[in-house]
Amino acid sequence: MVGREGNRNVVTAADLSARSLGIRIGMAATQAQALVAELVVQEADPDGDSASLDRLAVWALRYSPVAAADPPDGLVLDTTGADHLHGGEEAMLADIAGRLAAAGVRARLAISDTWGASYALARVSADERAIVPAGRTAELLAGAPISALRLDPDTVADLHKLGFDTDPRSRGGLASAVDVAVRPARLPPARSGVRQGGRTDRAVRPPDVVEVRRVFAEPIAAPETIHRYLGKLVVLLCAALEEGGLGARRLDLLFGRVDDRVWAVRVGTSTATRDVKRLTRLLGDKIETVEPGFGIETMRLAATLAEPLHPKQTISSLTEEPEADVAGLIDVLANRVGEDRVYRYAAVASDVPERAVARVAAAALASDDEWPAGWPRPARLLQPPEAIETLALLPDHPPVSFTWRGIRRRVKRADGPERVFGEWWKAAPELVAVRDYFRVEDDAGERFWIFRAGDGENAATGSQRWYLHGIFA
Amino acid sequence: MQRSAVEDLRRRVERLAAPRRGREALPFGIEVIDRALPGGGLAVGALHEVAGDGAVHGAAAALFAAGVAARTRGKVLWCFTRADLFAPSLTQVGLSAARVIYVECGDDKTVLACFEEGLRHQGLGAVVAEVARLSMTASRRLQLAAETSGAIGIAIRRWRRQTEAADFGQPTAAVTRWRVTALPSAPLPVPGVGRARWQLELIRCRAGESADFVVEACDAKGRLHIPADVANRLLAPQARLATA
Repeated sequence: MVGREGNRNVVTAADLSARSLGIRIGMAATQAQALVAELVVQEADPDGDSASLDRLAVWALRYSPVAAADPPDGLVLDTTGADHLHGGEEAMLADIAGRLAAAGVRARLAISDTWGASYALARVSADERAIVPAGRTAELLAGAPISALRLDPDTVADLHKLGFDTDPRSRGGLASAVDVAVRPARLPPARSGVRQGGRTDRAVRPPDVVEVRRVFAEPIAAPETIHRYLGKLVVLLCAALEEGGLGARRLDLLFGRVDDRVWAVRVGTSTATRDVKRLTRLLGDKIETVEPGFGIETMRLAATLAEPLHPKQTISSLTEEPEADVAGLIDVLANRVGEDRVYRYAAVASDVPERAVARVAAAALASDDEWPAGWPRPARLLQPPEAIETLALLPDHPPVSFTWRGIRRRVKRADGPERVFGEWWKAAPELVAVRDYFRVEDDAGERFWIFRAGDGENAATGSQRWYLHGIFA
Repeated sequence: MQRSAVEDLRRRVERLAAPRRGREALPFGIEVIDRALPGGGLAVGALHEVAGDGAVHGAAAALFAAGVAARTRGKVLWCFTRADLFAPSLTQVGLSAARVIYVECGDDKTVLACFEEGLRHQGLGAVVAEVARLSMTASRRLQLAAETSGAIGIAIRRWRRQTEAADFGQPTAAVTRWRVTALPSAPLPVPGVGRARWQLELIRCRAGESADFVVEACDAKGRLHIPADVANRLLAPQARLATA
C-alpha cells in the first residue's frame, strides 16, 4: 500500500511477505520499489479503510453491545459480562480470530482491564492472542514501548528525543511533567453503531440497558410492517423505562438481517423522555434508511443512554398559558440535520463582535445574559470581515467612500467610532490591538458596519486597513 | 328579505372559504398598514413572503421578519443554509435570544422540510426560513401546514446572486408578499445616522390591494412606525376636510 504523506509517496502498509523482504512502513515508495523488483504496489484508500472498519465494528456487535472502530486499524469491544455467552474469554477470542481469519483478516487480539492496556498488548505482545487476568495489567505493561500508549506521533517523537523509550511510569522515579505529557492526547473514537454519538469511555450506561427485542418467525421487509412492529417495541420499551424511572436520551434500533448483517438506527433526544408518540416518530423517520435486504429476522430496541426521569408537577398559572414544549420538534429536526446544527445563540461577555455570540444546545436553559442594547448591531455579520478600499482621513474620520465587492459607495452619513479593544487575556498580540467601528450609510440608504484595524495613529495597534464586517437593515 | 338571504349566503361562503382557525391577525399597530390587510393585520396561521432589496444579503427582510416574530408568543424557529445572522441584532428588535431556535440546513430542500416541520408543530409563535426558490407546490404545502398550527410562517427570499431574484415574480400560495428596501435614514440635526427607514411594499395580498408605505424600522419591541413627516402628509388631507 502506498499513500501520500505530505508531498511524498510512502509505504503505508505492507503484508508479511513484503515485510520479510525488508520493506518497512514509512519507507519512501521509490526506495521500496528499488528494493524489491516485483513489488505489487496499490494506492491506499483511507476512506474505504475507515468505512470497512466501521462495518467490522457493527459486525463485532455480535460479541458485545459496545463495539467501536478505533481508527486507523483497531476495534474496541467492551466485553465485560459478554464473554460467558461465547464460552469464556479464551473461547471468545478464538472465535473472533477464527471468523476474522475466515474472512481474510489477520488480527491481533488482547483482553485486559482497560482499553489502553488492551491497545498496547494487541500491538506489542508476542502472542497473537493475549489475555491479562484482572489486576495484573500494570506488571504486563511495564516496559511497553511508548509508541503503544495511544499518544499522538509528535509526542512520541518528542519523548524519544528526551530519551524515553518505554513508559516512564513503569520505571519508578518519574517526573510529573512527563506524566502530563504522556496523557493520551488523541481523542478516543466514538462508540460505533452507525452514527457517532458519545464516547465509549464516557457513555453513561445504566447497570442494565433497557432493551426489548422481537424475533420474527418469518422475515419481514416491508416498511409498513417494520413500522408496525416498531410501534409495539416502543410501547414495550417505554413501559420498561417507566418501571425503572428512566427516560431515554439515546435509542439504538438494531435490525438483524437474514444475511447476518446488522443494520443499526440511532436517534438521540434533547431531553430524557419516555413518550411513546415522540419516540415512535423519531425512529419512524429513520425507517426509510433501512435496507431490509432479504428480510429482517430480529428487531432489537435498546435505550443505550438513559437518565432518571421522575414525574414532575407542572407549575400552573391561572393568568398565563404555559409555553408550549418544543423538545419534540427539536429532536425531529436534530435527527434530520444533525445534533450540532439545531442551536440557540447565547450572549458571551465580549466586546469583539464575533466572540459575543456562542452556540448553545437548543434545549439548554435560557440564561439571563443579554447583549448590551445601546450599541446598534448589524443584522448580517460577514465572517471573516471583507477587506474594502477606502478613502478616509486619519485618525478618526469615517471614510468618504469605499469600494466593496467591486461597487463604489459614497458615504452620506456616518456614526462612530466605536472602539473595540483586543482581549489581552486571550492572546498576547491583542494587548494593543484596536478596532474602530463606524456605522455608515451610502447614497441609496444602505447601511454598513465597517471597521479599521488599528487606531489610525500607531502602527502597533493594527494594519490600519479597512474591513466591512456587517450589514444593517 | 332578498337582501338578508344574500347576506346569509355571503356569510356561509365566508365560513367555507375561511381557514380552519378563523381569521386571526397580528396587527402592525399602524392604521394605514392594517387597513390594507384583510383582517386588520398579518394573518396568523398563514405563509408570508418577504424579500429585501439586497436580495443577496436580505438584512432588512430578516429584521422585518424578526420584528413580526418578536410580537408573537412562543418560541421562534429560524431555518437557513447560511449562518450569517447576527443574533444581537434580533435582540435589538425585541426577539430575545432565548426565544429563537436556529436550524442550519445543508440545502434548500432541507430548509423547506424543516420549515414545514416547524409550521406543523403546535405552539411556535413564528417560523422563519431563508429560501431561494419557492415553488407553488412547496408554498401550498407550507400554507396548509401553517393553517394546522396557527403559527405565522415567513419565507425570507434570499438568493445566491442578484440575477436569480427574478424568481420573485413567480406566483406562490403565500397570503402576502412584501418587499423591504432600505431608505436613507431620518436626517438628524447633528452628524450621524438616524433611525433606519424602509420602503415597505405590499406587492401581493390575498383579498386585498397592494400598497406602498414608508416606515421607520423596527424599534426595541419589534414595532414599525410611520415617520413624523410622512404621518403629517397622510393626515393633511383629512385635516383640510375637517376644517372645510
